[in-house]
Amino acid sequence: MTCKKDGCGCNAPDFAELSPVLEKYAGIPGSLITILQKTQDIYGYLSMDVIHFISEKTGIKPAKIYGVATFYTQFRLKPIGKNLIMLCKGTACHVNGADAIEEAVMEELSIKDGETTEDGLFTLNNVACLGCCSLAPVMMIKSADGDETFGNLTKESVKLALREIKKRGSEVNR
Amino acid sequence: MRILVGQGSCGIATGAKKTAAEFEQQIATLGLKGHVVDKTGCVGVCFLEPIVDVYGDDGILSARYVRIQPEKVTDIVQKHLIGGEPVESYLISPEDDAFLKKQVKIVLRNCGIINPEHIEEYIAAGGYEATRKVLTAMTPEEVIEEVKVSGLRGRGGAGFPTWFKWDAARKNESDIKYMCCNADEGDPGAFMDRSVLEGDPHAVLEGMIIGGYAIGAAEGVIYVRAEYPLAIARLEIAMKQAREKNFLGKNIMGSGFDFDIRIKAGAGAFVCGEETALIASLEGERGMPRLKPPFPAQKGFWQKPTNINNVETFANVPWIIVNGGEAFAAYGTEKSKGTKVFALAGKIKKGGLVEVPMGLPLRDVIFEIGGGMKNDRKFKAVQMGGPSGGCIPEELGDTPVDYESITKTGAIVGSGGMIVMDETTCMVDMARYFLDFTRKESCGKCTYCRVGTKRMLEILERITRGEGKDGDIELLTELAEKVKDGSMCGLGQTAPNPVLTTIRYFRNEYEDHIYRKKCTAHSCKALLTFTITDACVGCTLCAKKCPVGAISGKIKERHLIDQSKCIKCGKCEEVCKFSAILRD
Repeated sequence: MTCKKDGCGCNAPDFAELSPVLEKYAGIPGSLITILQKTQDIYGYLSMDVIHFISEKTGIKPAKIYGVATFYTQFRLKPIGKNLIMLCKGTACHVNGADAIEEAVMEELSIKDGETTEDGLFTLNNVACLGCCSLAPVMMIKSADGDETFGNLTKESVKLALREIKKRGSEVNR
Repeated sequence: MRILVGQGSCGIATGAKKTAAEFEQQIATLGLKGHVVDKTGCVGVCFLEPIVDVYGDDGILSARYVRIQPEKVTDIVQKHLIGGEPVESYLISPEDDAFLKKQVKIVLRNCGIINPEHIEEYIAAGGYEATRKVLTAMTPEEVIEEVKVSGLRGRGGAGFPTWFKWDAARKNESDIKYMCCNADEGDPGAFMDRSVLEGDPHAVLEGMIIGGYAIGAAEGVIYVRAEYPLAIARLEIAMKQAREKNFLGKNIMGSGFDFDIRIKAGAGAFVCGEETALIASLEGERGMPRLKPPFPAQKGFWQKPTNINNVETFANVPWIIVNGGEAFAAYGTEKSKGTKVFALAGKIKKGGLVEVPMGLPLRDVIFEIGGGMKNDRKFKAVQMGGPSGGCIPEELGDTPVDYESITKTGAIVGSGGMIVMDETTCMVDMARYFLDFTRKESCGKCTYCRVGTKRMLEILERITRGEGKDGDIELLTELAEKVKDGSMCGLGQTAPNPVLTTIRYFRNEYEDHIYRKKCTAHSCKALLTFTITDACVGCTLCAKKCPVGAISGKIKERHLIDQSKCIKCGKCEEVCKFSAILRD
C-alpha cells in the first residue's frame, strides 16, 4: 500500500485501488458502510491510514468512520491471515459442541478468537451464525480460492481440514 | 431427464457442487443425450443433503435420492439414467419422506423445485401473476384489504399485522416513500430467510413490488446480512432478470407504476433487526435504535415514510394475492393465520426447515416432523425466538405454535428458530450463552441493557463455574425486570427472557449449580468430576494423553485420577476406548 510512483522512495500510503470506489460512492449519502466493505475487500482490513484517506475524500470525520467500523462485527482493524476461519457459535452449534471445535482449532493452530497464526496462514474469528444450523457444528473458511463450508464437525475432522489447507499452502509456496 | 441437485448453502456445505459436477462429467463422457443437470434451492431436509431429484421428461418427479456424494453418482447414471430403473438403496426413506408430506408449503412453495437463477422457471410456476393482477386489476386499497383478510402478521418476530403497517405508510403523504426488506436474519439458529432468498428470490422481490404499489413507494431496499454471500448473489441475478422482463424498473408491465430495488449488505449487528436501527444502518450510521414515535411509517429512511417487512412476510404476499386472503386465513388459528416456517436444529434427529399451519402442537413439530431426539435421548426443552425468546419445557409440549400461546409460555415465536435440547443440555449454560450474545450485541445506548446484561452474564458465569451464591437467582430476576423496563428497544426488552424462562421452568437446575455444585446435565465443566470405573483394562492411553499428568496406574490395572490435579478437560473420556471414564 506504499507509494508506487517511479523513483519515489517515500512511504506515503498509496490507495490507487480505492479511488474508483470513492469516486463512485463518496457523493452518495449514506454510503459509508458500503465504502468500508469495499475497502476491506481490497485490503483485507481497515488501517488507520485508509480511514484518514476515506475521511479526506468524503469529508466524514475520522472519528465517525472509526465509530462505524468498530460498531459492526464485519469490520477489522488488523490484517488477517490467508485463510479466515469463521467458526460458527450460533445456538445450534453451541448446543452441538462448538466449544470443543474451538478447542480443536486452538490445539491445532495455537490461536484464539481474533488472532492470526505466526505464518500468516490462518485467522480465527468466532461468528454469531452462518445459517447452516442443521449441519451444526459448522465453520466457513474464506480465502482467495473462495468460501468453503464444513459441516457436522468433530474435533478430528476440523484438524484434518486445517492440515489439508496447511499442506496446500506449503505446496503453493514451493 | 432432468437431474436437479439441491444447492442451497446447506447442500453446498455437504458437497452438492461436487455431486453436480460429477453428474455433468459422466453424462458428457458417456455422450448421453436428453439429460440436463440443474440446480435448485433447499427443499428443507438439510439432514439428507446432498439431495438429487430426477424428473422424467413428463416433468414429474421420478426419484428423490438423498445423501448423494460423488461416488454414488455412477450408480444413478448407469442404473437410472441409462437402465431406466431407480437405485432403490439411495432413495429417500418413507419415514423421511413423511418429513415433507406433513407440511403445507406456501412460503417454501418453490424452494427445492425451481432453479432460482432462472426467472422463466419462477414464471412457469405461476410467478409474477400476482404482480400482474395487482397492477392491472387492483387499487392499492384493495391490495391492503386482501392482506387484511389474509390475517398475515409480520414473520420477523413481533407478529404485527402486515396490512396495518402498509395502511399507515400508505396514508402518510409524501413524494418519496421506501419499501424495505429486513433480511438481516440475526437470530443465531434461524435460517429460513437465507433459504428463501437462496431458493426463491423472486417471491421476495414480487412481495416487495406488491407492497411498494400498496404503500406508494418507488424504491425498495433489501438489507441483507453480509454472512449470506450466496443469497446476495442470487438476489442480484434475480433483480437483473426481473428488470429485463420489466417486472422492475419504469412503467412496470405498462401499468405506469415505477419500482426498483437495490441491495444493501449489512455489516453484522443483531440490533439492526430493530426497525429504527436498520434505518440508521441504511443511512451509513452506527445501527442504534431511536425512540418511537415517530414510527418508520411516518419518518423512516431519510425521514420519509418507510415500511419494513421480513423476508418470509414478503414471500407470502404473492400467494395471498393469487389465491385470495381467505385461502390463507383458512390455515392457522383464530389470531395467527397461515403457515409459518420453522428452523429445526439442535439435538433433533431431522434438522431442517419445516412449514406448518400455525397452531400445530409443539410436540407434533418436534416428534412427528422432526423425528424426535438424536440418539433417542430424552426431550428436555425447546428454545423459541432465539436470544429474545425463551425455553419451553417438555411438559408444555402440547402448546400450539401460534403467537399468543407461545408468548404465554414466556417465549416468543420470533423468526421461527427452534433449538431443541435434550437431557445433556444445561439450562443455566443456555441462559449464559444467550446473555453472552445479547451482551455483545447491545448497542450501548441504554444503561440497563449495556451494563445490566453484563452484570447478569457475570452472575451466570459464576454459577456455571460453581461459584454461585445464595441470593443469585433473586438477584438475576430483579436485574432481568430492570433491564426489561429500562431498555428502549426490543433487544434490551427481551434480552432477559432466556434467563427468566429457564428460572421459571428449571429453577432446580440453578439450585443444583448453586447449592449442590452439580450440573445435572453434566455439561458445565467446572462442576464435573471424572472418575475411572471397573471397565478400565489398564491400556494406559488416558494416562499418556492427560495434559496435566493427573492419571496414574500400572499397565493392565485400573487407573486412577488425582482429583487435585485434574483440570476437567475431558481428554481421558475422549480417548478411552472402553467407556471407562465416568463424568458426574
